[in-house]
Amino acid sequence: MSRKSFTLVGLLVVLSLVLAACQQPMPTEVIATQIVTQEVEVTREVEVTTEPVEPEPTVVPSPGTYERSETLYVSGAAWGPPSTWNPFQPGSLANTTGTIGNVYEFLFHYDPMTGEMIPWLAESGSWNEDNTMFMVTLREGLTWSDGEALTAEDVKFTFDLGQEYPALWFSPMWEYLDSVTAVDDLNLEFNFTGEPLYQEFSNNLYNIPIVPQHLWAEKTEEEITVGANENPIGSGAYLYDTHSEDRNVWLRNEEWWGGDVFGMPAPRRIVDIRFASNNVALGSVVQGDVDLSNNFLPGIATLANQGYVDTYFEDAPYMLSANTAVLFLNTTQPPMDDPAFRRALAFAINVDDIVNVAYANLVQAANPTGLLPNLNDFVDQDVVDELGYNYDPEQAAAILEEAGYTMGDDGFYQMPDGTPIELEVTCPFGWTDWMEAIRVIAESAQEAGINIQNETPDYGAWNTALQSGTFDMTLNNWAALSNTPWTLYNLLFRHPIQEQMQSGNFGRYEDQEMFDLVDQLAQVPASDVEGMQAVCSDIQERMLTEMPMIPLWYNGLWAQWNSGVWTNWPSDADDTPNTLPTTWSGYWQLGGLQTLINLEPVPVEE
Amino acid sequence: MRRYFGRKLLIYGLTFFLAVTIDWMIPRFMPGDPIANMLSRATVNVENAQLMYDYFEQVFGLDVPLWRQYLNFWAALFRGDLGISVYMFPTPVTEVIMRAVPYDVFLLLPAILLSWYAGNKFGAFAARSKWLDNTVLPIGYILTATPYMWLGILLAWVFGVVLGIFPLAGAYGFDVRPQFSWTFIWSVLKHWFLPFASIFLVRFGGWAIGMRNMIIYELDADYSHYLEALGAPRKLVRQYAYRNAILPQITGLSLDLGIIVAGALVTEVVFSYPGIGTLILQAIQNQDYFLLQGCFLFIIIGVLLANFVIDFVYVIVDPRTRLGMVGETA
Repeated sequence: MSRKSFTLVGLLVVLSLVLAACQQPMPTEVIATQIVTQEVEVTREVEVTTEPVEPEPTVVPSPGTYERSETLYVSGAAWGPPSTWNPFQPGSLANTTGTIGNVYEFLFHYDPMTGEMIPWLAESGSWNEDNTMFMVTLREGLTWSDGEALTAEDVKFTFDLGQEYPALWFSPMWEYLDSVTAVDDLNLEFNFTGEPLYQEFSNNLYNIPIVPQHLWAEKTEEEITVGANENPIGSGAYLYDTHSEDRNVWLRNEEWWGGDVFGMPAPRRIVDIRFASNNVALGSVVQGDVDLSNNFLPGIATLANQGYVDTYFEDAPYMLSANTAVLFLNTTQPPMDDPAFRRALAFAINVDDIVNVAYANLVQAANPTGLLPNLNDFVDQDVVDELGYNYDPEQAAAILEEAGYTMGDDGFYQMPDGTPIELEVTCPFGWTDWMEAIRVIAESAQEAGINIQNETPDYGAWNTALQSGTFDMTLNNWAALSNTPWTLYNLLFRHPIQEQMQSGNFGRYEDQEMFDLVDQLAQVPASDVEGMQAVCSDIQERMLTEMPMIPLWYNGLWAQWNSGVWTNWPSDADDTPNTLPTTWSGYWQLGGLQTLINLEPVPVEE
Repeated sequence: MRRYFGRKLLIYGLTFFLAVTIDWMIPRFMPGDPIANMLSRATVNVENAQLMYDYFEQVFGLDVPLWRQYLNFWAALFRGDLGISVYMFPTPVTEVIMRAVPYDVFLLLPAILLSWYAGNKFGAFAARSKWLDNTVLPIGYILTATPYMWLGILLAWVFGVVLGIFPLAGAYGFDVRPQFSWTFIWSVLKHWFLPFASIFLVRFGGWAIGMRNMIIYELDADYSHYLEALGAPRKLVRQYAYRNAILPQITGLSLDLGIIVAGALVTEVVFSYPGIGTLILQAIQNQDYFLLQGCFLFIIIGVLLANFVIDFVYVIVDPRTRLGMVGETA
């Protein structure tokens, strides 16, 4: 160090000492200086320790980096960048998963593992004797995250929005909902008229997110129906923190009303990541950078067997079931307009190969009725025993020949009038598991003598063909896991047949008797299990005789996790929770949030 | 001078009109229906699908005849309104693009300028130097022939997977939040380096080879031999050669700068870097008419602007252009 700079440093040191002395209370006596300084230090320390005791503000500004031990990293819900936090926006909420469920809450939750409705914002709900009024009592002490109280008026306001704006998805329920009355702050009455669709209503109870009237009343129609609703204020366990193109960050609501009722979710922060490719997602969960991945990762069975990741079941099928993959047949086109051909096809598809080869044992074959395992109570086993189907090419051949189809020179069956049969089975390009599945469908059908080729148009073209009915046969799974068999039958037998079939019955199966049965089921009160079973039995008998579409397998509730940071994940073992390990939008109220509440941090090794 | 730029402006105006028209047409000729796609992702029981469809058709302005849509498109364009993104509904397209542009500029501007500067210098240096020509030139050829994505994957594999020095994807770490702090800046730089390197290396190779060939050509030109014959120092001869050889390189640079917002499509996709390139891919996959239009519009404007600027630059760096204009007016 040169002489000059040494002097400079010395000067600086002296200067800073003087400055520091000035900041402290000036001692009257020079001897007291030391003691005073010590005292000041002590009081500073006391200040530091008292800080955490003070109640924290609702939104704690996040530090630059997230503490790993209190952060849950998840992936697999979003397919695009976050763009809307509007709880009524059906299309894009997957990209901000948690907007409904963790920010905005529902009157009820539904537990598909037990088949029970769980009162959430509601403390209880009950019907009057003739099922014309549903009475809801809210819990006491519900609050919005801005501190306002959540009352019956907010619930009424939310349901009334559906009456006012037909573009909201739950608006059709006002055809049979007459009025919603807030009796007092905690009690509500839903009054019905005409022929209520009780099944739909029970489903809506855990799907309509309640919004705060004091913030939403001033919103315009456009803001309510299509607005992005940035910085959402809800009542739930998590608060919006931040987002970017490839992530959403949620912060625990320390003031959440449910903390005392259900328990606080363990992770203080959730970082929901959208990975560009499955490979990155796989690497991240194996390395423990991501705690829970809800991506479909082919070959996860091998990794689970080797202990790299954990899954709900230790062995096949590893995953819980989320929805039914159904092969829709275009019943307006020959030969799919012939029930005999459709039934023969059901016997010609090798579902075991789809399960074992295409999915490497990650899924289960579907019940012939298409109903998910949580709805087993509504399956009429006698009907299934009599009319069910399984892979049996000989049976397929027998049915075809009995119906007059003849074997052509090329080894494929022909129409009874001698025209050759050439059909296509489709799914969107890039959906690798389905692409593999339709390959199996085409191959096994060809072996059984039915000429089917597999084709994979891009999503847009596939979707256009699906809705306008210009396909031969295609896969679809748009009925979500639900509390009622009506959800699936509403997809399969949606009516009336229109030019564009946007949300069901893509094969345009026209059958008034079936439509009447589904309508009848929709009007059975959800509490009348026997009544529902009776109608379901009729539907299943007709469905398996006519075979308008073929349920094939259950798509999995894809979930693999790493227990490096968080533990007490759900599994089918007795000593662990049995909730759904998922972050998909629309599943938080089906047990996803409960999974977070059950999580426990892994003790940090010193 | 005025006539020169007047004519140029007219040509640019016409090009802009045609390019934007084509830009508007292309997404609409793609099969599929963006609104149906958007609504089909809803997992709730959509009872009133038709109603919602009509409503959104009107929100996006797709409920009027095509010619009307075209006129509306131009009207909105002059108001600076590019419509609403379907894929990222309800974010306006301008906002989506503006969020992505900084990443592109941050990635491509240094990559393009540095590779141009370094490549040219190096190419000029390597020309006529036997040893360098024989060893480095083949490497340049290999680099410039390498597809961006392949080099990107290779770099990601070596530095990301094997060595584990650099992150594989994204613009910054999943454990940091955007703010002005060293942690964040460091994270951004680490994520930036591999995409930058893959673009830089490929372009560097291209510029170096181009320059090397140009210099050799110029050194063989009559004026070089004449200078040498006059006994000018070698350095001076090379300086003159360099000034002549750089002209075509400037044209090349202008084209590069024109695609500055979208020139790294494959690189961005490989590293899932959130720039316009990634947006274009997503817009195509999701049939987002408006986003796709917006992205292409940026490219069109970028290329035209860059060409226009280069027209000016040429006047400055190439005396012959100025002479030509004088001759024209005289």
